[in-house]
Parts: sequence; structure tokens; C-alpha cells
Amino acid sequence: MKCRDIIKELSGYLNGESDGTLMAEVERHLSNCEDCRLVVDTTRKTIHLYCNSQPAPLPDDVRGRLHKALENRLRRRPS
Amino acid sequence: MDPTSTKPAQASPSISEGEGTLVAQAKAGDVHAFEELVSRYERKIFRLAMNITQNKEDAEDVMQEAFLKSYSHLKDFQGDSRFYTWLVRITVNEGLMKLRKRRPGQVSLDEKIETEDDLMIRELEDWGPSPEQHYEQSELQRILQEVISDIDPNFGIVFALRDIEDLSTEETAEILGLSIPAVKSRLLRARLKLRQKLNRYFRKREEN
Repeated sequence: MKCRDIIKELSGYLNGESDGTLMAEVERHLSNCEDCRLVVDTTRKTIHLYCNSQPAPLPDDVRGRLHKALENRLRRRPS
Repeated sequence: MDPTSTKPAQASPSISEGEGTLVAQAKAGDVHAFEELVSRYERKIFRLAMNITQNKEDAEDVMQEAFLKSYSHLKDFQGDSRFYTWLVRITVNEGLMKLRKRRPGQVSLDEKIETEDDLMIRELEDWGPSPEQHYEQSELQRILQEVISDIDPNFGIVFALRDIEDLSTEETAEILGLSIPAVKSRLLRARLKLRQKLNRYFRKREEN
């Protein structure tokens, strides 16, 4: 397996979706390739950062307008 | 823990706890129950709308429209998925409509837009074990938002649904009207683009 193949298999590997043989081949390559290890590690961290980030609070003005619009609508029953 | 796993533990039960009861109450006409659902999900829906439209003003319109539509169509919600997933679908539809209107021709859900160049890796730097620890929470939120708003929305939407909203490949394909290989291909490209852009914030700093 070459570095280029690692990139193509990256998502399947990180999602744990690749089959066992493929996973083992990726692992074998990673144990010998510092560059690919860095790519895998930083891609994993990228996903982790987004996955675990809490959404920011709504800006006050945005929240105010949302609840105003809802108030107007909620006074009527669902159609 | 599986060292290859990128997923956090499943969303804590508290996020969906009581959702069914609130939905049932809202369907029966309890407006406070619906307001509670809105308060529970408004931040996440606004972030999703931002990730699709990449623009605060459009995201606000999309969020409002999504909540108002979900209220109007509450009677059609059958409960065969989570209410939140249903809300995500409505938000994506509203977001795509807005995006197509705002940037005609730029959203291509059915043609191949990927190039081999998308898979080029240039940044090979170590980020250290916890690159986020150098930033305050609000600063980190700003960076993540800025970076995802800076990539091709065709890729960013797939990333938002798969890796942020934790939808399956199949659900993402269905919502976006894409084939499964297209979702996989765009997800890989989105992850690599985001990694490339985040590198400048998170590469390991020289210790003084």
C-alpha cells in the first residue's frame, strides 16, 4: 500500500468501516510512514474538534427575532 | 476505546430525553412544549444553517423558516425518526434553497465536482495531543466556524451532516439527493480541506 492509497482509504479507516484486511494494511503502512501517521492523526483531530464542539450561543438579536417570529406564529394553531 | 474511532460517545441521553413527550404535547397544541423544543435546538440549527449558507443573515432566515415550517407541519411528523433529525431535514432543504438562490450554479448535487487535486496533502505538521487547549472555547468556536465557512459548500454540507450532525452516509445521501459514493468522496475531501486550513491554527508551537 502506498501513501496515495492511504489517503483514499482514510475515511473508511477513521470511521472503522474498512474491512479487516484493509485496516491491517493501513496499520502496517502507518507503522512505517511518519508522514501518513501525521495526516491520519491530524484528520482524526479535525473530525474530533468539530464533532465535540458545542454550538455557540445565538447572538441576542438573532434569538430575539426568532422568538418574536415564533410568538406571532404560535398564537395561531398549527394549520 | 478503539484508537481509530473518531466519534465521541453517543450524544448524551439528555439531548433527546423527553423529546418524544414534548413533541406529543406540541402536537396536542401546547405552545410551551414547542417553545421548549426550539430553545433546545436553536443553537444547533443555527450552526447547521451557518454551515450550509456560510452567511449569518441567510442562516437566520433559514433557521426561522425551519422552525416555523416544522410547527406548521407538526401534524405530518410521524415519529419514525427523531424530531431533531426531521428538523435537520427541513433546515437542509431551506438552506439549499437559499444557497441556490444566492449563488446560482454553485451548488451541484448531482455532478462530479471533485478533482484529484483535492487529495493533495501539503501540510505535514504535528498538532500535539490537544491542539484546542491553546484556545478559549469561544475562540475555538469562531475558528471552527470560520474555517468551515471557507470551504466549498458542496463539501461543507456533507461534513456538517455526517461528522457534526452524525447522520449516516445513507441519510446524508438521501437528504442531499446524492449517491453514496459521492457522499463518501465529498466527506473525504471536506475532512482534508478542513485539516489543511486548521493546520495553521493547531500546528505544534515551538516551546520557548
